[in-house]
Amino acid sequence: MRKLSVFIGALLAVHVALLFVHPAGAAVPTVRDGLDIGVVFDLGGRGDKSFNDGAYIGAERAAKQLGARIRYVEPGEGSDREAGLRLLAAEGMKLVIGVGFIFTDDLTALAQEYPGVAFAGVDFAVTVGADGNPEPPPNNLAALKFREEQGSFLVGAIAALVGNSKKVGFVGGMDSPLIHKFEAGYRAGVKEVCPECEVLVQYAGVTPDAFRNPGRGKELALSQYQQGVNVIYHASGSTGLGVFEAARTMNKLAIGVDADQYHEAPGHVLTSMVKRVDNAVFDAILRVKEHRFAGGIYNFGLAEDGVGYVYDEHNRALIPDDVRARVEALKAEIIAGRIAVPSSR
Amino acid sequence: MTALLFLAQTVRIAIPYLFAAAGGAIAERAGVISLTLEGFMLGGAFGAVLGAHYTGSPWVGIITGIAAGLLLGSIHAVSSIRFKADQVVVGVAINLFAVGITRFFLQLAFESSSNSPRVAGFGSETSGGNAAAFLDNPLVWLGLAVMPVLAYVINKTRFGLRVRAVGEHPQAAASVGVPVNRVRYIAVIASGALAALGGVYLALDQHQFTDSMTAGRGFIALAAVIFGRWDPVRAGIACLLFAAAETLQIQLQAAQIIPSQFVAMIPYVLTIVAVAGVVGRSTPPTALGKTSE
Repeated sequence: MRKLSVFIGALLAVHVALLFVHPAGAAVPTVRDGLDIGVVFDLGGRGDKSFNDGAYIGAERAAKQLGARIRYVEPGEGSDREAGLRLLAAEGMKLVIGVGFIFTDDLTALAQEYPGVAFAGVDFAVTVGADGNPEPPPNNLAALKFREEQGSFLVGAIAALVGNSKKVGFVGGMDSPLIHKFEAGYRAGVKEVCPECEVLVQYAGVTPDAFRNPGRGKELALSQYQQGVNVIYHASGSTGLGVFEAARTMNKLAIGVDADQYHEAPGHVLTSMVKRVDNAVFDAILRVKEHRFAGGIYNFGLAEDGVGYVYDEHNRALIPDDVRARVEALKAEIIAGRIAVPSSR
Repeated sequence: MTALLFLAQTVRIAIPYLFAAAGGAIAERAGVISLTLEGFMLGGAFGAVLGAHYTGSPWVGIITGIAAGLLLGSIHAVSSIRFKADQVVVGVAINLFAVGITRFFLQLAFESSSNSPRVAGFGSETSGGNAAAFLDNPLVWLGLAVMPVLAYVINKTRFGLRVRAVGEHPQAAASVGVPVNRVRYIAVIASGALAALGGVYLALDQHQFTDSMTAGRGFIALAAVIFGRWDPVRAGIACLLFAAAETLQIQLQAAQIIPSQFVAMIPYVLTIVAVAGVVGRSTPPTALGKTSE
């Protein structure tokens, strides 16, 4: 028993000692010259074929074109995220980027703690105050947000024009306001080109598990295809991989989200609604380099090339030229402000 | 036609539950708490994809998936029986371990944190709207057979009698010469293999592994075991019931008749009802969660 307590005591001492190893200079950030950028990835890290990879591409482009020095941190579960941000801020990075809405609270707290460091949050969830207006983030924190509804509007139009059916489908992940944004834009896009079309909307669940449930996604998609839907748009993380699987077995079409998902089911992915996380990240780094970084809310829509749809050599055969022309016209109208796309249902 | 589609979808959704609930039933009847089903399934799913990827055969995938289940089951058995650890804690630990280790090897083997490449599965690639196409999958038949077989093993065989004995009264079983711990080892390791088959089915049906793809199915299976009062046949019926509720939700959700939150809680509400003793008496195996000296 005594041996055990000595052992535990020793472990405890070592543990406490280690706590002091790294942040020795934490209070006084080391001054560095050059463009030092820190990026903390969301759960999953690089190789998620989505957000994190997008952020990586943007940061690498900045490294090449702007001469930025990038440090990446891949946190594990939970509290490591805050530690990753803090580590980079304490090391005197010019800009610390958190990838994913999950960083919202940590970024807000750290931006106040390190006023000399610039922070940026991809998909930052801006809080809405009691008066109904969004609360501005601290002035050294940039909220990089995307107008998903605009991109969803365009793929909705494509789905209705290509689908050759009065029914089009939508599969969402977790039933939540963020995904309602995709749904609202998609629905508006469908109605724009086909007012009599019906949009079948289903969600995979009401918990975060709904974003990684391909089995459920496949069953939802199968039932929609069996009801006469020819094209389904998913906004459901890896649940959507089940939607693609259903598209394969039923020989129908599906629309990807966030990144170009053509390779998940070649020939069955009509297009993808892409969020250009790479452009948003690059833009933030560029602002820091040109000394015009400012906190606030940045919205990346069609006009800023922050969202869009995929049209390349893979899916050109699936999208006829007249459909392409129609969608490009709609895009121009949205950018010109003549079409207002709803962002909630 | 609609009835047929409904039935087909119910069976497809029920198969993973049936395998996992079979694993849960045998372990719990032997007196070991089975919170680990979720982890076993996830391990089985990953093992299956690994085997099917490197050999191109879904049959090898079944074997490697079972192997992964045996491995995780052994960890559960050794820590719960040999080292007498708290079985709830071990269960939670194994579930977390399974999430972590599969993610780690996913990164290592396929350089992705999201999903594996496509692997071979059963049945034809484009089965179209054919409602009976899923019957090409041997795992479906195995899944439908597993509960009746398990019921026979538990109720009619010598081994089954021993399982029940060590789950109800290990001291009494030991006094007549039943090797309590050995029976429990076998039951727990078998539960790993059975539950892993649920994951194997999921992964081969999707033709890939995706991070945390079991999405809580192991817990629904455990709820089915409890709702079925630890009886394999009743647990199997509970699995089909839960799957039918899900199918109903999928079919009706587009019409927005029932809020999806409500259907999602059906398994748990029914389990609470069952445990509260509203429908008949619900008595867990007496020695559940107790290690024997």
